[in-house]
Amino acid sequence: MKLDSLIPAPLRKPAKPGEGNGATAPAPADLKTAPPERPSDAARLGERAKEAPSDVLAWVDQRTAASGFLTGMLFRKVPKGTNWFYTLGSATLFAFIVQATTGVFLAMFYTPSTTQAYASISHINNDVFLGQFVHGMHKWGSSVMVILVFLHMGRTFFFGAYKYPRELNWVIGVVLLILTMTMAFTGYLLPFDQRSFWASVVGININGTGPVVGPYLSDFLRAGPELGATTLSRFYAIHMLLVPGAIIALIGAHMYLVVKLGTTAPPWVHAKKPKNAEPVAPLEAGVEGNGNGAGPRS
Amino acid sequence: MADEADKRNGTEGASPAERLQPDPPGYFEGESMTRRRAFTVAAQGLGGIAGAAIVLPAVGFAVAPIFHRGKERWEAVGPVGDFVEDTYRQVVFTETVGIGDAGKVTAYVRKSSKQLGEKPGEIVAVSNRCAHLGCPVRFVEAAGNFICPCHGGVYDFQGKRIGGPPVRPLDQFQARVRNGQVELGPRYSVTSQLEPVRARDPGEFTGGVWEYLYPPRPSTFPPPSGG
Repeated sequence: MKLDSLIPAPLRKPAKPGEGNGATAPAPADLKTAPPERPSDAARLGERAKEAPSDVLAWVDQRTAASGFLTGMLFRKVPKGTNWFYTLGSATLFAFIVQATTGVFLAMFYTPSTTQAYASISHINNDVFLGQFVHGMHKWGSSVMVILVFLHMGRTFFFGAYKYPRELNWVIGVVLLILTMTMAFTGYLLPFDQRSFWASVVGININGTGPVVGPYLSDFLRAGPELGATTLSRFYAIHMLLVPGAIIALIGAHMYLVVKLGTTAPPWVHAKKPKNAEPVAPLEAGVEGNGNGAGPRS
Repeated sequence: MADEADKRNGTEGASPAERLQPDPPGYFEGESMTRRRAFTVAAQGLGGIAGAAIVLPAVGFAVAPIFHRGKERWEAVGPVGDFVEDTYRQVVFTETVGIGDAGKVTAYVRKSSKQLGEKPGEIVAVSNRCAHLGCPVRFVEAAGNFICPCHGGVYDFQGKRIGGPPVRPLDQFQARVRNGQVELGPRYSVTSQLEPVRARDPGEFTGGVWEYLYPPRPSTFPPPSGG
């Protein structure tokens, strides 16, 4: 209750119907026998000051009606059995936010030019205050994000959370996986040292081995028949403008569907049987269940 | 020109069956669609044209390099006397300009050998780009082979594949002699019989049906004729 009072009124958990304290509040005391004390000006000012954040929120809420959406999202029901595995999606989102934030600040020092890229990365690592730390967060964070995407995907798969009605969210998730891999691939070239150069050469050549379209895809990635000056700027534009925009948009759609459809219970949690339920008639011989977990269990 | 429908006003003159089924609101006699629908179609069409006017140039701009062939470039790598028939001499020259050392490539150059059945008096320049995934191969003189450090691709003295994962022989560079200097030009690929074809990326087969599965790219130069 103490914690609840810290949350501004518009964002407080809505009371269940018939359980609000409006009906049970004590009747006002008799004003004649016990007149309320008139508070001092300072006390009243303090009261007003305490309500200031709430007032600001109420001002915004009156104009946006956002509290209905926010309370619906923040206080939505989650199934029994929800556990730490369900945090992998949020962890992936957090990894993306780390990448986006550190990437923006790396872009302030990085030069996407074949003759200056390596020098600018050296400058970030050796001269800029906390440069090596921020660059390291971006570099290692990319691996963390790829790993988290796969763990999140595995959780979804093994918990059966991709099934109806959540197939579309699986599809969006797979597109997000591909975009994440694109980010990892295009980002690898940017330091323009020997390792990133040759890794990109090999990566582009692997793209080129696709029949018919492969050779053109390689030329598109390189912006020409050989890895050149425009390849780096092209990778840079894909890495920091094209794909991040697509990822942000698809994360929005992904999370909208999560909130809209709710999460699934783990596969080992089953609905409770009603107490006075009629015993279920045995299924016909040979039918062991319908595959949805709804059949009788032995 | 006023047609038959214009002469009629409203449902006047319509058959009893037509009167029972009145036209939808907004529908004017003699018109093939309602005005609402006409506006919808027009607005969506104009929107599509406006969208295409923005998207198509941008996509074309991004895709254009596929169809662009740069200027043919030749670079002298040393006097003819520097090169012999029975071993290679390693030279480094610039294939892609404007990107510093990253645009340099290594070629192994020798004179053509009569013993191997090659046309005499020519210069053979073998690229060091492995035909598997593009790692740099090295000519090992003791073995007389090119060996790739990445995945163990092995090529013979002429650059034909004799082991490992590569899918075709090593690429070559066009070569000519000008003023006593050997000059190297555009890259080209070869089939397993060392017939010249347009340059392919590593990992792509050449010759036969593969010429259609890995079509030549417009950004590469035509191979030297006659081989």
